[in-house]
Amino acid sequence: MIVDKIYGELCVTCNEQGYLTDLNQWTKDVGLEIAKEENIVMTDKHWDVIDYLQDQCRKQVALSIRKIGKSGVVSIKEFYQLFPNGPLKISSRIAGIPKPVSCI
Amino acid sequence: MKELLILGAGTSGTMMANHLRKALPKKEWNISIVDQEETHYYQPGFLFLPFDLYKSKDVKKKIDKFIPKGVKLINSKIERIDKDSDTVLLKNDTTLKYDILIIATGTDIAPQEIEGMLGEHWQNSVFDFYTFEGAKNLRNKLRTWEGGKLVVHITEMPIKCPVAPLEFAFLADSFFINKGMREKVDITFVTPMSGAFTKPQATEALEYLLKQKRITVVPDFNIERVDGEHKKIIDYADKEISYDLLVTVPTNMGDDMIERSGFGDDLNFVPTDKATLQTSVNDNIFAIGDATNIPASKAGSVAHFEAEILTENIKRYIAGQPLKKEYDGHANCFIETGHGKALLIDFNYSQEPVKGTFPFPVVGPLSLLKETHMNHLGKLAFRWIYWNMLIKGKHIPFVSATMDTSGKQLEKSV
Repeated sequence: MIVDKIYGELCVTCNEQGYLTDLNQWTKDVGLEIAKEENIVMTDKHWDVIDYLQDQCRKQVALSIRKIGKSGVVSIKEFYQLFPNGPLKISSRIAGIPKPVSCI
Repeated sequence: MKELLILGAGTSGTMMANHLRKALPKKEWNISIVDQEETHYYQPGFLFLPFDLYKSKDVKKKIDKFIPKGVKLINSKIERIDKDSDTVLLKNDTTLKYDILIIATGTDIAPQEIEGMLGEHWQNSVFDFYTFEGAKNLRNKLRTWEGGKLVVHITEMPIKCPVAPLEFAFLADSFFINKGMREKVDITFVTPMSGAFTKPQATEALEYLLKQKRITVVPDFNIERVDGEHKKIIDYADKEISYDLLVTVPTNMGDDMIERSGFGDDLNFVPTDKATLQTSVNDNIFAIGDATNIPASKAGSVAHFEAEILTENIKRYIAGQPLKKEYDGHANCFIETGHGKALLIDFNYSQEPVKGTFPFPVVGPLSLLKETHMNHLGKLAFRWIYWNMLIKGKHIPFVSATMDTSGKQLEKSV
């Protein structure tokens, strides 16, 4: 199910779990609004991670905690500190990229 | 004569040997296949072995039994591929020249990737069931285990057969009920994903199973280390989960040979085009099954569907024609839920598993995303299909290599 959501002055399409269905609709303001919903106060370090995630997504590379740990952007420990309680799913939502899923 | 070389005689490699011996003229093409093992394992059976539902003999046969006449089987370890000279160096110092290479070296567990996973407790209070030895040792443990906290755990994705850990938890519930000791066992399922189910339709249809089977789920747990002495697993957020018996799926990695050859990603999986199965390593190198980095499930059914498409693409490559961009990520998996029932899922890169019937609309006889006894019979029958049809490269009637949408309830899906 696809729903339209309004973030600030922008209307974007999301899936039922609140993940953007099209990265092209993402703006930094949209990311900021989603971060507020996730109770994350964004810093430059947070945005560095978001940039990396979006870049990997555009290159069609599947993301994992291991990949992020080896990215040179953050260590896994730092990643957890930046986005507590499920860093990959939360940062993916803020970045406007799909949630990492398994087959079911 | 031209040389076609297949590395790995597991599910994928054996299927390709059978397909290609029929497809390529014997007067023009030699086909060789290399594997270090002498046994071919029926890997889906590793799920049943720990619960004494299968015996050891049900899951192993001689590897040469399935290699067709006209294909040379070489029993050796592989040192590395030299992509620039079109050769493969074996551990016994033999060099094999190829015109076309197919990498089918699969994936294996890598428990050494997590601090503290190996040690005195390995195969004592910490087990895997993704290897024959691991599954057999776990069976011996479960025969005498008196109960306590059972933790079923996924280290990181991707793993072979992503649903197997959940099936293990379901079958454990059944097993302990049948032994009359379910009250003595606490079952916890620990996953790095956002839940035991991650897709909307599957979550809606199947979430009840966890409650029914009294399985506690701990999501978003990315393990940092195992404290074997105190029987705890600890994640990067310093969250701790204690266990009496840990059944883990360690990190899955491609063969070390891929790393020695100078390509592969950080888990030694081969960069491969997800639609054609040609690698980006070289035009004459193809990859199939668990060895690739494509975003499909690492599963036998995926290898089976890929094999039909890769055979066509090898023929096209030889004829100098453009490759078919046909593989759509099709996978078809039975999921055991215990007590003689199972689910069936059929999906591809873009279509999540949904409800419906399979392989025929309305009449089935198998039901998608729904627990039935018929699905369980299908899973049991699959062992016969595997040994007698699948790895011999015979087409399974009514099941196409690309996903069929008929019989599926698609109107609700995204």
